Amino acid sequence: MIKMTDLPVRARGRICCLAAEGTMRRRLMDLGFVPGTEVETVRRRPGGGLAVYLLRGTMIALRKGQSDYIYIERSGYFE
Amino acid sequence: MSNASLFDLAEGSSRRTGSPPVVALAGNPNTGKSTIFNLLTGLRQHTGNWPGKTVLVSSGSYYYQKQEYQLVDLPGTYSLLANSPDEESASEFLCFARPRATVVVADATCLERNLNLVLQVLEITTSLIVCVNLLDEAKRKKIFIDIKGLEAELGVPVIAAVASRGKGISQLKEAIKKMVEGKTCVQPRSITYDPEVEKALQQIEKQIAGKGGAFPVNCRWLALRMLEGDAGLLKKAAEYKNLEEISVWGQNLPKP
Amino acid sequence: MGAKPAEAIEAGPEIIRGTAGSQDLSDRIVQTLYQEAELIAGKVVSKKAAGVDWDRRLDDILTSRLWGYPLMLLLLGLIFWITISGANYPSELLTRAFFGLERYLGQALLWLGLPDWLYGFLLLGVYRSLAWVVAVMLPPMAIFFPLFTILEDLGYLPRAAYNMDNLFYRAGACGKQALTMCMGFGCNAAGVISCRIIESPRERLIAVLTNNFVPCNGRFPLLITVAVIISGGMVLKAGSITAAAAVLVSVLIGVTATLMVSYFLSRTFLQGMPSFYTLEMPPYRKPALGQIIVRSIMDRTLFVLSRAVIVAAPAGGLIWILANISYGDTSLYGCLAAILDPFGHFLGMDGIILMAFILGLPANELVIPLLIMGYMATGSLEDIHSLAALKNLLVDQHGWTYITGICTMLFSLLHYPCGTTLLTIYRETGSFKWTLMAFMLPLITALMVCGAVAQFLYLF
Repeated sequence: MIKMTDLPVRARGRICCLAAEGTMRRRLMDLGFVPGTEVETVRRRPGGGLAVYLLRGTMIALRKGQSDYIYIERSGYFE
Repeated sequence: MSNASLFDLAEGSSRRTGSPPVVALAGNPNTGKSTIFNLLTGLRQHTGNWPGKTVLVSSGSYYYQKQEYQLVDLPGTYSLLANSPDEESASEFLCFARPRATVVVADATCLERNLNLVLQVLEITTSLIVCVNLLDEAKRKKIFIDIKGLEAELGVPVIAAVASRGKGISQLKEAIKKMVEGKTCVQPRSITYDPEVEKALQQIEKQIAGKGGAFPVNCRWLALRMLEGDAGLLKKAAEYKNLEEISVWGQNLPKP
Repeated sequence: MGAKPAEAIEAGPEIIRGTAGSQDLSDRIVQTLYQEAELIAGKVVSKKAAGVDWDRRLDDILTSRLWGYPLMLLLLGLIFWITISGANYPSELLTRAFFGLERYLGQALLWLGLPDWLYGFLLLGVYRSLAWVVAVMLPPMAIFFPLFTILEDLGYLPRAAYNMDNLFYRAGACGKQALTMCMGFGCNAAGVISCRIIESPRERLIAVLTNNFVPCNGRFPLLITVAVIISGGMVLKAGSITAAAAVLVSVLIGVTATLMVSYFLSRTFLQGMPSFYTLEMPPYRKPALGQIIVRSIMDRTLFVLSRAVIVAAPAGGLIWILANISYGDTSLYGCLAAILDPFGHFLGMDGIILMAFILGLPANELVIPLLIMGYMATGSLEDIHSLAALKNLLVDQHGWTYITGICTMLFSLLHYPCGTTLLTIYRETGSFKWTLMAFMLPLITALMVCGAVAQFLYLF
């Protein structure tokens, strides 16, 4: 199980849990970062900053501070 | 636009047959909701702040077959359960003002995401019409939606639209008319949660119903919000409906 | 479908809590909703394997580290170029129309037998300011905002915000400030209103206070004119490409100032943690052209007209009064300019330029005519119809040097927001204290920068 921050580009995974609490947790879940959801990393900027993830057909950019709270189980590559 | 007036507007219309029925427009951000709002209301609209918040709300009116309809464009939100001012305002309006019909605009290119909001609104009101917009964009990405199938799954009218080209707008107006007149047969999909969650919900609902008597608000939705830890919603209910008892009780709700 | 919440949480790191209690229940509610949504979508949505995901490919270029910024600048330059060259002709038409109308009004006023001073006040003061602001302001805005809305509808703006996010994050501000800043190019008041998209009050305030540093449409003419004149007659015709380039350079300086001041604010008056921030990258889509343009133009027209009436017209009256009350052998206006002159020179400018900026508070468009009026010592706002004549006035007759030009441009870029923007800031923040700050902060910045640059350049 890894943090979503460490999911390499073009790699897929399933969210297994969120380490966030309170408002942040709710906001993340509202965007669709719910346990059981499949996520793929689309793009990263070297040196941190915003990274773009694909889930439920939408592309969402998150900062490291937020993606650190999401834990993923790897499930393969997207060709 | 004062809070009182927006709510009076909606309420008044459900009681007095003379005043134009209020229709709420909801949906995720970026779904073309504003396009639909503009198409319907044209110049007869006005944008202002939601009182006490920096949330923008627009309202306007349109005529269809000689009947005037008041349209309220709620802020674009991903859900109604979280606590941002946008979501609170939208949720409050749908919950307390009880518009005669609610249209949720969904983006065909990411329907799954949008269905989250649709299902939540379905928990609040059954006078729901889903408008699946941006079908041309979906087609471009080779995504196809079975509209009739969706209607069957949700149990409420679903209208296909390409708002930027004006397609589907007349069907939408017709669906709104039928809904407002009570001529639409809805069999809304009911959502069953975990057994534990359902038990908690029922407990809360019973308590709300017990205290409120003829409480004209959707108890299940209130109960859902309370499980979210949002006792504030009951406080708001008290503002509009003079139900202080419930609001005080709500703050002391034992956590299940 | 997915791990059971309770098990996953037990398996996870110790920091995850929430075994029992309402958080767990509320989580499950959200999960159930999403599962239902997935279920339904699975049944009614069918997706054929798309050949190439164009959205992604486009993003790979538009947000790439190599191409992202250059393409952004190119796009911005293009928009400026279209705005400037497109607005030229309509502005001229409007000016001529207003001038013609002025003659009729003048005759009507004479026929009414009004006293001289009232005639001057109404026609040469109030009416002329009004006419000037509308003629100069309306066409560029009517072009810029529809273009901007098209960009928004296309879905490009989140990509721009993505590119610039790192800069704003390091300045302690919100990435969405990039967007509100862009809105400020059209009109700072509109930029301030657009700050509503920033949820965190602290970050919103930073965005509001710094919005002023990017030049609005109303400042373009001054920036362009001065840039062209001080480029030493190399390009005396204000070719629109040069003009767009001048604006672009000013914009870059403005953006730098925005970032630096945002950094300053977030370390001093507006300290705090960066807020929860996500950016959705919607799919690119074809913008609905016809509708946008009509709505945009109408909104803009109403805004400019109302602003001209409320703010510029009274200002015009005041200007006329100052320019026509004599104090000794010059007007009050000239007198004040003389008093300010030494201070002006310290800043690399002169008294007349400072007066122009001071009386240009209500509307930035008034600065050029005020300059002309000041230098020519006439009693009312004038226009000069050729750039060569303007150059002659400024450089040959009143000793403008490249230092004057640079400092004037810098001051225009950095000084306090215009009257409308200040009113908007007051309305949006509801606080007199912050509105005052919004006035003082840019002013102090402008004074410091101009003073420093001037003194430095004087050494040569």
